[in-house]
Amino acid sequence: MFRTALRTSLALAAAVVATTVWLQAASHPVTQKGKLFAPGMISVKVGEVVAFKNDDDVTHNAFSTSKGNEFNAKAQTPGSTSEVVFKAKGKVAVKCAFHPGMSLTVNVE
Amino acid sequence: MPLTAFRSTQVGPRTFVLALGVCAFGLTVALRANDGAGSSKAAVPAERVASQPFLASYTRPTTTPFPDDNAYTPEREALGRALFFDPRLSGSGWISCASCHNPGLSWGDGLPRAIGHGMKTLGRRTPTILNLAWGQAFFWDGRADTLEAQALGPIQAAGEMNLDLPTMIARIGAIDDYQALFAKAYPGEPVAPETVAKAIATFERGVISAEAPFDRWLAGDEAAISPEAKRGFVVFNTKAACAKCHSGWRFTDDSFHDIGVVGEDVGRGALLADIPSVQHAFKTPTLRDADRRGPYMHDGSVATLDAVVDFYDRGGLAARESLSNDLKPLGLTGDEKRQLLAFMRTLTSPGRSVPVPALPR
Repeated sequence: MFRTALRTSLALAAAVVATTVWLQAASHPVTQKGKLFAPGMISVKVGEVVAFKNDDDVTHNAFSTSKGNEFNAKAQTPGSTSEVVFKAKGKVAVKCAFHPGMSLTVNVE
Repeated sequence: MPLTAFRSTQVGPRTFVLALGVCAFGLTVALRANDGAGSSKAAVPAERVASQPFLASYTRPTTTPFPDDNAYTPEREALGRALFFDPRLSGSGWISCASCHNPGLSWGDGLPRAIGHGMKTLGRRTPTILNLAWGQAFFWDGRADTLEAQALGPIQAAGEMNLDLPTMIARIGAIDDYQALFAKAYPGEPVAPETVAKAIATFERGVISAEAPFDRWLAGDEAAISPEAKRGFVVFNTKAACAKCHSGWRFTDDSFHDIGVVGEDVGRGALLADIPSVQHAFKTPTLRDADRRGPYMHDGSVATLDAVVDFYDRGGLAARESLSNDLKPLGLTGDEKRQLLAFMRTLTSPGRSVPVPALPR
């Protein structure tokens, strides 16, 4: 009984570690600098993460209303990073809620 | 909408002379860099040295962008000018675009809030249309992406010009001289809402603020603005952090922020209801001709430019969750406030008469 529980716990822990490693490996960096997203277009696989880093001296707020991949990264102060998982296949239009000149396309494959 | 077509903006002899001045200034700086300690050359003014890191981003463009699908032609601009000044584009027949966007008032109306159909006061102040060829979002809340998309909004709005588009086209299309203007401007295209919007947008892209004292100083004319204004430019870019949003030669990045104006209007929040940070957010206005365009803010609630500086010095008036993170109490001294005001007044260009066209009858 104890062994079974231990084995299950270890397996779960390993799964969590593996998932974390997998997520880290599949994280795509996007910078927000000069009131622009860079790169302006990226491709990711379903379930992968995009890490939005604010490299500006102003606050940003990345968001998307594209169906299946709606998100709001909320107000991001300079220097902060916000990670977003893209869940559905398709072309995702990402904008900054504050800066209308900022536009990013994420192709989720 | 791709913007690959350009029209040269006017470059007069004075601009040319000033451009030479910039070259001369650059040469002077270069020579000074190679000088020994005992140089007898004239010193670069301390205010320009302090301003140097910020100057480049404020240079005026030399061409005006037009979209590929609505390239500039003089005929389109002429048609747009007629439509802009024509009160028959309103339900009542007595409100034109120019009623609110009055060229004599830097393309605004000088009122706290606009007055629309039936003499009713609207909720927001009339924004200037200066320099919108470079705009990235239109209306106070940014609900239009292009000038073409913007142009028909106020015409149809019941509270503004109150004219439905079928009536507009029937009314304009019945005038022979308008038919001729449309045929020259958009050959092969009908008199339609789309061509009306494109013509008005073309005219508006030509509404560009003239050279101001600040521009002459930027180009090397040290006498164009006062030392106090020059110090104000540094405060603008550093301690007061105005340039975080009022950036570039238009003195706006078209960004949206809740700056703490008291009121119930959620602005951009009505378009992006699920995004808390843009509740009560409005578009950053240009500062060109600012001292001629009071009262201020989206609702005209701040009467003078002095009061605007005090407003920002306090970090806004309304304490809300959506208040911009970039807005902090500034702790400006009296001198710094005066310098900022002196600087902002250098952004006003001399008055320029604008011809009102003879309208088709």
